[in-house]
Amino acid sequence: MIPPQITRLSIVFAIIIGVFLVLRLILTPVSFGEKGHYRALALIDNMDHEMHYMGNESCQNCHELETEMHASDLHSDLPCEGCHGPAYLHNSKPDSFHLVKPEGRQFCAKCHEQNAARPGDLINQKIIAEHNPEYQCIECHNPHKPWE
Amino acid sequence: MENHFEHLYEVLSKVDGYIYPNEIELHWSILIVLYPYITGLVAGAFILASLERVFNVKVLKPTYHLSLIAALAFLLTATLPLIFHLTQPQRFFEIMITPNPTSAMAIFGFVYMWYLMVVLLLEIWFDYRKDFVLWARESKGIKKWIYTILTLGVTDISPKALKWDEKIGYFVTVIGIPSAFLLHGYVGFIFGSIKANPWWSSVMMPVIFLFSAMVSGIALVLFLYMIVSFIRKIPSDMKCLDTIGQYLFYILILDFTLEALDQIHRFYEAEESFATLQMLMSGKLYITLFIIQILIGTVIPLIALGLFQFYKPAEKIRRITYFIISIVVLVGIFFMRWNVVIGGQLFSKSFYGFTNFKLILAGQEGLFVSLMLLALPFAIFAFLLWLLPPWKKHDIIEVSDD
Amino acid sequence: MGVKKTKTDRREFLEKLAIIAGGVIAVSIVKPFGSILFAAVKRPETGPWYGMGINISKCIGCGNCVKACKSENDIPNEPFFFRTWVEQYTIKNDETVVVESPNGGMDGFSQSVPDEEIFRSFFVPKLCNQCAHSPCVQVCPVGATFESPEGVVLVDSKYCLGCRYCIQACPYGTRFINPVTNVVDKCTLCYHRIMNGQSTACALVCPTGARIFGDINDEEGELHAFLKENITHVLKAHLNTGSKVYYKDLSPNVH
Repeated sequence: MIPPQITRLSIVFAIIIGVFLVLRLILTPVSFGEKGHYRALALIDNMDHEMHYMGNESCQNCHELETEMHASDLHSDLPCEGCHGPAYLHNSKPDSFHLVKPEGRQFCAKCHEQNAARPGDLINQKIIAEHNPEYQCIECHNPHKPWE
Repeated sequence: MENHFEHLYEVLSKVDGYIYPNEIELHWSILIVLYPYITGLVAGAFILASLERVFNVKVLKPTYHLSLIAALAFLLTATLPLIFHLTQPQRFFEIMITPNPTSAMAIFGFVYMWYLMVVLLLEIWFDYRKDFVLWARESKGIKKWIYTILTLGVTDISPKALKWDEKIGYFVTVIGIPSAFLLHGYVGFIFGSIKANPWWSSVMMPVIFLFSAMVSGIALVLFLYMIVSFIRKIPSDMKCLDTIGQYLFYILILDFTLEALDQIHRFYEAEESFATLQMLMSGKLYITLFIIQILIGTVIPLIALGLFQFYKPAEKIRRITYFIISIVVLVGIFFMRWNVVIGGQLFSKSFYGFTNFKLILAGQEGLFVSLMLLALPFAIFAFLLWLLPPWKKHDIIEVSDD
Repeated sequence: MGVKKTKTDRREFLEKLAIIAGGVIAVSIVKPFGSILFAAVKRPETGPWYGMGINISKCIGCGNCVKACKSENDIPNEPFFFRTWVEQYTIKNDETVVVESPNGGMDGFSQSVPDEEIFRSFFVPKLCNQCAHSPCVQVCPVGATFESPEGVVLVDSKYCLGCRYCIQACPYGTRFINPVTNVVDKCTLCYHRIMNGQSTACALVCPTGARIFGDINDEEGELHAFLKENITHVLKAHLNTGSKVYYKDLSPNVH
């Protein structure tokens, strides 16, 4: 003989669990659990982002002269967008969006300033404050062809 | 967002040594200090109530219902600090819908529901069922409605039915004790299982959390019992106070020993993070750890309570001392949680530096919200006492219709 | 096919040998010694398994990668949010270590320690280690961060609660709350690029080739060669996170 309060409680609990299961069914997002414990669609969401850096190939079609110079000297390994910034806007609207032409001694210093942490054999280092301080770097060095 | 950046720039200017750039923002703030604190109070208060019932400690009788109601009041608030600290609070339900089986935090939702629905509410319901029925008959207006709903439509209060209540209530209490252990040991596991953080990562963490929870819960009941007695203008039962004081003494010794063991172990092993942790303890955590948590929150209460085991001064002095002890212990355990949660984020995981914690006043994670969340359970407690006054319960012997 | 067969034959033979030898060798067979290098346990048989190699001796600390990463992924410019950053370590003659990363290294570095006090100095680029047993994925309560089938740890920004448990669980400090989306953000290894056959933005703009992005499963690939030719280490190997960012010339001072 089950006492009435137990029966009543069981009904209440059954209702609560039932509601929970229904809510769970409704609220579980689409594609959840298809590939693992996550929304499989989140993979697509993560892919859905515009590329900003387009690579050297995208520059070479138009900027032939620079490409040629660049390839012929020590800076040939440098990616165009490393100095000029992401090209995606410029590539889609070349006339209205222009990339930066970095100037000033501090820009070159980011790589070439003497620093004990910089591998000496890998990169030409100068104490920027002492190396011809009265000139801009690009007055002597063409950045596309530094030893010209 | 501007305020947020301003706050971060200020913290950045106070960084010592090197920390990872993403570590400048301290992610678990005072709300996450509150969360284990409140949960611990629940577990501790419940365990004290269970002691009375399961082991039949008659002398604790005056605090039995108070403990249960306090546990419920605090449990109802326990999830709020968690939800408030989310950056997307409206998504909190996901934790119940798609819980990640490997996540300690995900299982919290279920441990919490189990403890609330199956343990605490059931125990209180079976304990008050007869009174709901009788109160529903006696009361008028809104109260009558509430009590009628609370009976769930069952009005059978024959001795046979009441015997069932007693039996099932006892059974629920028995499963309630491991559940309370689970609830809080488990909160410790949330921190203890983070291998990336040497201040947290310890198998001792769940055990320490459990014992400190019992300490804080006992202190809370002591505090509430004295306050409620004062408001009702009746003297609190001295024997009951002495017994609670005795329990507090024993558990406090255990808690202190376990925490000391954890630190000694850390010191002796002295792993790669050791120097950093040592600097943390002697520097940024010095006041909250050594002065507040250990000296004020542990050593002084231990000395006072220890003294009472051998020498009992006049009742009035004991009463005042118990009251003060309950407060300092509550503060001490709050700072124990503080030292774990905030302390664990003050040093960089690079072990090369420290950040600073600056408590903000306004905002979602600010001091005002925290104070509100800390005051809320007391308000709920007062409401529950109004609704379920233990002193108006009908004694079992009085009803014998059959 | 033939090659594979010999492999299993040899394996069986070794296993038998181990049983005879008394189990000690069996341990190294059950758990191949390459586990740290390749995070091998869950490596898929087919399909890509992405990671990154970092040649510390080639890093010149120019900060191009940090800048490109912020730009490519639209990360706010404030110095608290980095998917990748560069640290400069300087070990002094008195054996103290100075670590610096001003603005994550985005604007380059200047050496703060005078040359005559320096014992050794080097740069270390940092990013999400794309762990194969990610502590962050393990602790996420709702499955809002996960390892993609290609071995990239991603965040589902539409599902993340912002509880920040993953930030606590990451030993490398690579996660943060993005103030714009207001959910957790981290390096995706430029998932939108690599799934379209491109390299990551950081590896693309690196002037010295210090960052080698690649597919570990591709035996002809650059990363495979890098791992084969060099002795590499992962950060905090003792935590067994199955990191897939491999450092050549990593100093033990680096955490």
